[in-house]
This record gives sequence, structure tokens and C-alpha cells, in this order.
Amino acid sequence: MTGTTLVTARERALAVLGGDPDDATLRRYLHGIPGVDAVGLEQRAAALGTRSVKTSSKAWALDRIISLIDLTTLEGADTPGKVRSLVAKAQNPDPAEPGTPRVAAVCVYGDMVPYAVEALGAAHGDPDDGGISVAAVATAFPSGRSSLDIKLADTAEAVAAGADEIDMVIDRGAFLAGRYGLVFDQIAAVKEACRRPDGTSASLKVILETGELVTYDNVRRASWLSILAGGDFIKTSTGKVQPAATLPVTLLMLEVVRDWHRLTGHKVGVKPAGGIRTSKDAIKYLVTVAETVGEEWLVPHLFRFGASSLLNDVLLQRQKLASGHYSGADYVTID
Amino acid sequence: MSFLEYAPAPESRAILSLRDRYGLFIDGEFVDGRGTPFQTISPASEERIAEIASANAEDVADAVAAARRAYERVWSKMSGRDRGKYLFRIARLVQERARELAVAESLDNGKPIKESRDVDVPLVAAWFFYYAGWADKLDHAGLGADPRALGVAGQVIPWNFPLLMLAWKIAPALAAGNTVVLKPAETTPLTALLFAEILQQAELPAGVVNIVTGAGETGAALVAADVDKVAFTGSTGVGRAIAKQVAGTQKKVTLELGGKAANIVFDDAPIDQAIEGIVNGIFFNQGHVCCAGSRLLVQENIHDEVVDRLKQRLSTLRLGDPLDKNTDIGAINSAAQLARIRELSDVGVAEGAERWSAPCELPAEGFWFAPTIFTGVETSHRIAREEVFGPVLSVLSFRTPQEAIAKANNTPYGLSAGIWSDKGSRILAVADQLRAGVIWANTFNRFDPASPFGGYKESGYGREGGRHGLGAYLAPATSRSARAARAVEASAAPAAKASPAAKADAEAKPAPAKRSRRSSKSAEKGAAK
Repeated sequence: MTGTTLVTARERALAVLGGDPDDATLRRYLHGIPGVDAVGLEQRAAALGTRSVKTSSKAWALDRIISLIDLTTLEGADTPGKVRSLVAKAQNPDPAEPGTPRVAAVCVYGDMVPYAVEALGAAHGDPDDGGISVAAVATAFPSGRSSLDIKLADTAEAVAAGADEIDMVIDRGAFLAGRYGLVFDQIAAVKEACRRPDGTSASLKVILETGELVTYDNVRRASWLSILAGGDFIKTSTGKVQPAATLPVTLLMLEVVRDWHRLTGHKVGVKPAGGIRTSKDAIKYLVTVAETVGEEWLVPHLFRFGASSLLNDVLLQRQKLASGHYSGADYVTID
Repeated sequence: MSFLEYAPAPESRAILSLRDRYGLFIDGEFVDGRGTPFQTISPASEERIAEIASANAEDVADAVAAARRAYERVWSKMSGRDRGKYLFRIARLVQERARELAVAESLDNGKPIKESRDVDVPLVAAWFFYYAGWADKLDHAGLGADPRALGVAGQVIPWNFPLLMLAWKIAPALAAGNTVVLKPAETTPLTALLFAEILQQAELPAGVVNIVTGAGETGAALVAADVDKVAFTGSTGVGRAIAKQVAGTQKKVTLELGGKAANIVFDDAPIDQAIEGIVNGIFFNQGHVCCAGSRLLVQENIHDEVVDRLKQRLSTLRLGDPLDKNTDIGAINSAAQLARIRELSDVGVAEGAERWSAPCELPAEGFWFAPTIFTGVETSHRIAREEVFGPVLSVLSFRTPQEAIAKANNTPYGLSAGIWSDKGSRILAVADQLRAGVIWANTFNRFDPASPFGGYKESGYGREGGRHGLGAYLAPATSRSARAARAVEASAAPAAKASPAAKADAEAKPAPAKRSRRSSKSAEKGAAK
């Protein structure tokens, strides 16, 4: 999949902001957005979580969850062998059930991209067309504490190695210090670094690390900022900070995406990542997407789950739905 | 397929074991009524659920006599701690049978199961738990040491929250030491009768709670009967009639009547949560809520945006089978209520307001009304003044906080109001000037047993809930009970020359030693269960 072009993103931001994206202009804009009532937001998320998804709806949901997963390994101990194992699982999640859908992407550190690309071979491609993408975390993931030059080099290297998607982290320190212009410029620069020689561009997911932003007002502002700066996706977390994805935070980000679409007609994706481990939880996210932005968002270029252990729980549920009884952990494969 | 057309997820009715006929619950037993029995139906399908006995004036008199006996012989002599034990036991049984009660409530009332399951029944248990805790602490109820119960309470409740309104009435009455005759609404008697079974299961002494079913005449007979306290929740018209009926008697009265609440949205409101709050304020329980936020006052500079977002949100509401776990909007409770909603909606259109209804298919059987909003409503319109008691929202605008307050207060009612703003100081300043019993800030329709609830003006008088709700069923130790006063007037005996306080002591209150002896006996009885 490809990202939007930088020129249109910047032009759109200037039109919305009515001025250059410096600290003062961004502050005026971001602080002019209505606040978030935490109690009300959490109540709404809890209410969405009570939807009862059964039988045929559940079967559809389980398959859709699989096709929206970014199957992830982000460990210091990652090796080419581990990545090959992950890719094999991504292509064939349930060996006993050949009809099982593939996941959307594998998500790895930048230096692992060549191994992922190699292992995928012909399966490498756009998940909207049935392929599997390679996503790479970049920009001094997970802390983002590095110079811009290093972040850009990190990004360009991953793109050059064949990454289709870049998961960058924002500079949370700069955001919390009110240096919105700096955060904007960094996202825009990384976006530029996603460009390939042929003029196409890797898709950019912007990780807010909501666990470090803490307040819902911050999450809302960071979401707007990331979208304005040209992010194709906004993503909750690195998975390295607790709390990672929560339903209220994801709902809030979906509301921003919905409002952005109302404002500009442009669709941005959302990726909750970290902490979603069960089918039951994942179905709550599908419900929240469908009832907030609409069902058309439940496609790989507009919604993803960043997860590793979720896949096996979905496979177990899928087997249960087909056979009528629960199997067990040894009836799904480890990756 | 469309994911949003969730596959049906109906709550099973198998948990219910209903009888075909229900009698009146008098003196601990189900007995036949002497009035003409009636059928209770499911408003979602118009199917018959059960036949319900109707109590005539004699039946009501029997129930009141049973309550009087239970009051004099058992309940008034039992210690607060022992009364509390019964209330705790009732609360636990409600929790144990929560699913059954929720299914019955949704079946009989038409409200969505997610509301009866997540709101009504948990609050019922909470109300009994809360007042159970009060039963042995009446000295702290605000009436001085040793307050006394009033005697027999006659209680008449509405159909919008059948079991919850029962709990609001019965729990404080019993905790304070009164006995009860309760009349549920004609269209929703089912859960009150299941509750009677719970009372049998709890082995509550016979006659402490009596439940008489029937229509308006039954209620009128109960108000006219020999009771010491009348508590009513329902329409302002009936409330007014009750106030007239008991005027000049010794009966104490609390009335919780209609409302036309203003939900005020300022331009700095947390907009997404405000939209949810507006929806919850008027479409919760199909708008069959006396404190519903039926008048939306929006600051003019965000009016169009709020209406747009509201319409978008309403389009996602799911109307249908109340027993489906994904239903947001259930059935209108009765044909009569549906006719009233339709009539007032037609009036709204005729007055020039613009009507918009959410696009949803209404089932062929049963009573249904799509969520509807009226924009361009002016303060002089009937739909801005009269209680619709249905899923109909009137949208008005304002320019300044002063104008919002003036418009919000410009109603004969004064039960509740809502304020939406990110600015705490404004919330407090506006709340201070609103003439409404309950004011919600950045939320709506939230209830807690510890919080008093009641209205200004035509929304009634007296408070339910909290310490204040307890006070409505108590009198200070020194005051004379109505019965004692009547007895004295009738006999005009030499004893009448003694001081009133001493007399009240002698007549209304058993000696402490005697009371504690009896109560320890009943405590053993209670503990054995």
C-alpha cells in the first residue's frame, strides 16, 4: 500500500490551519478543539463493549480481525530465524484450516526488513489485494530520543530494504513541552523520507504512545497534529509502555479520524497496538470502528491491530465456531 | 454482509417461569381480587403475558388492614438491625434473580434488555442495600434521636421503571419501619408480582408489604384508604388529584411528577460526550423518563453542528426487539402512550417546528415510535412546554448564559436539568440559578441511592433517595402520630390532659425493654433462614 503524497498533505494542513504550522498557529488550532470528558468517553466505550456479536456476525468478525492484524515481533532478541517463523505464520495462520485468511502485515524492526521481504517472496504485497505487507518500526523506536538525521536515516533504510509501511514514534517530550511545530516538522520530514525513488511512498503510521501522553485531551491534540502533518495512520502505542491500547483511547482517535473526514473528505487509518489479546476484546474494537466511523473503515488500509498473541486466540475461537467445541493451545501454532 | 446488522442476540426467556394468572399479594399470600381481572401484554408484540387480578376498594381495605396489623404487631416492634437484615436479604435475592427480573421487565415494559439488565435491576439491588444500611441508623436521619415510623404507607408507582420505582418506594419505607401497600401501574404489574415471590422467599413477615394490582380506581382507593402516608410517582394531573384528595387529612404526601428538563449545551462543551449525553438524556428508556432532557438548549453558534452530529448519531441507534441484547430503543409502553406521543408530534409540526426522525424500520406488531428531533422549536410551542414522555427531542437555541438560564427555568416543571461545558466555574454558576431538583453536569440520567431526587413546582414535592428520602417516611420522636391524635380526639379521656409528649410515648412507642426483647426473638428467627 502507498501513502498519500506529501504535497497534498502539506497543502491540506495549511488550508485547515490557515497559516504556517509553527508552535503558535498549531497551539491556537489544537487548543481550540473541544475538550474530552473522560467519564463520558469511558462510558461510551464501555457501552460499545456490551454489544453482543453472535453466530454469523461473530464468524465474519473473527475472519476480519485476522485480516487486519499486523503480526508483530519487536524484541532485542529477534533473529532472521524468528522473522521467518513469523512470516510463515502470517501466510498460513492455521495449518489445519486452509481457508483461514492471511494477516495484513508483519511488523518488525528496520534491520529485519530484508529477511521479512525474502521470506514473504511472492506473498509480499498490498493486503487490500490479498498480499502481506512489511511494516517496519523506525525513528529510534520506541523512545524516539534521537536526532532528526538519525530518525530519517532509520526510515530511509527501512524503505530502501523494502518496507511498505513505516511505524514512526512522535517526540513525546517535544509534544508535552508544547513544541507542536517541531513534532509537526519531524512527522513531515519522516513522511518525506518514506518516498521511494520511483515517486511512490511507504505508508506512514504515527505512534502517539498514548500511555505517555496520559490525558485524553493530549491524545486528541496529538491525533490532530499527526494527521495534519501527513500521517496515513494514527497508532496508539509502541507496546513498550503501559497502558498501551485501550478502548476509550481508540474510540477517541476514531472520533478524530471521523471529524477529519467530515472536514476534508480524506480518510485516515487507526491502529490500536499492544494489550489486545483476546477475540472478545478485538470484537469490541470492530464494533467501535463500525459504530463510530462506519463499516467501510474495517479494511486493511484504514484499520489494523498491532498484536502478536491475539492471532492464536482468534484461531481458537474460529476452530470452536466451526467444530462446536474448544480445542487448546497446542492446536494452534506458536510463531 | 453488513457487520452492523448484528446477528440476532436475544436474551432467553427460558429463565422465566411465569404463572398464567396472578392474584393480589395481601398478608403474605396471593389471593383473588374482587375487581375484573385484566391482561398484561408485551408492548413489543402485543402478546398476552398473564392475567392480573384487579383490586377493588374492599381488597384495598383488606391490604391496608393487613399492613396495619403487621405494623402494630411485628414491624414497628422489630429492631432496626433486624429490619435491615430483611432488606439485605431482599437485595441479595434481587441480585440472584437479576436476569429473570430483567427479562420480565423488558417483556412487560418494552424497554431494551441492556437497560433493564445494566441499569434498572442493579439499581434496584443498590436501593435495597443502601436503605438496609440505614435501618439501624435512624438516629442520624436528621430528625433527632429515636425518630418514629409513620405507620402504613400507600404507594402508587408508574410504568416507566416498574421495579426500580418499587424499590425507590419500598426500601426507604421498610427501613424507616413502615409497612406498605403498593400499587404497580396497570400496564406493568409483572415484576412487582415477581418481587412478591422474592418477599416470600425472604420470609418477610406477612403483611409488611402488600401489592395490589389494578387501574386508576385501585390507586384512588388506596389513597383514600386508612393509610398514614401517600407516596406517588406519575403524572402531574394525577398528582394534583391526590393532593386534593388528601388535603385536610393527617396523611403525609410525597409526589414525584412530570418534567420538561432543559439540557443546556454551551459552545465549549466536550462535544462528543455532549452528543452521547443528549441521546442518553432523551432516548434512554424511549424517553419514558420523568427527568428526561426533552428540551435541548444549544448555544446558537454551535447549533447546526450539534444537530448534524446528533442526526448522525441517532442514525446508528438500533430499534427493535427489547429482548435483543443489541437493541438501543425498545417499544413504547402502551397504545395510549403512543397515541399521546403521535398527537404531540403532530402538534409540533403544525406549530411550524421541523421534524426529523431517525431512519429505522418499525416492527409491524406492537407500539413503536422512531427517535425524533424537532428543530426550530420556540419557547411558545406546546412541544417546548408539555411533557411528551416519549423519544421526542425539542431543540431550542440561546445566545448567553443568562438567556439559557431564563429559558431553562421558564417551565411549570422543575425536576432536572443538564449542563454541558468544559468550564467548571460556569457549570457551578449556572447550576446555582437553575430551578430544578437534580442538575447533571457533563452527564445525564445518572442515579444513585445516596443522592436525593425530586422536583420544584409542578414536578412535585418531597425527596426520594439518600437521607432525605428516608426522612419522608419518618417523624420526630416528639410528634404525635396521626392515629394517636385521632384516638385522643375520639376518646377525650382524662388522659388527654397529660403532656402530648408523654402521651405519644405511651401510645406510639413501646417501652424500649419490651421492644428489644421481641426483636431478639425475631432476630433468631431471621438468622435461622
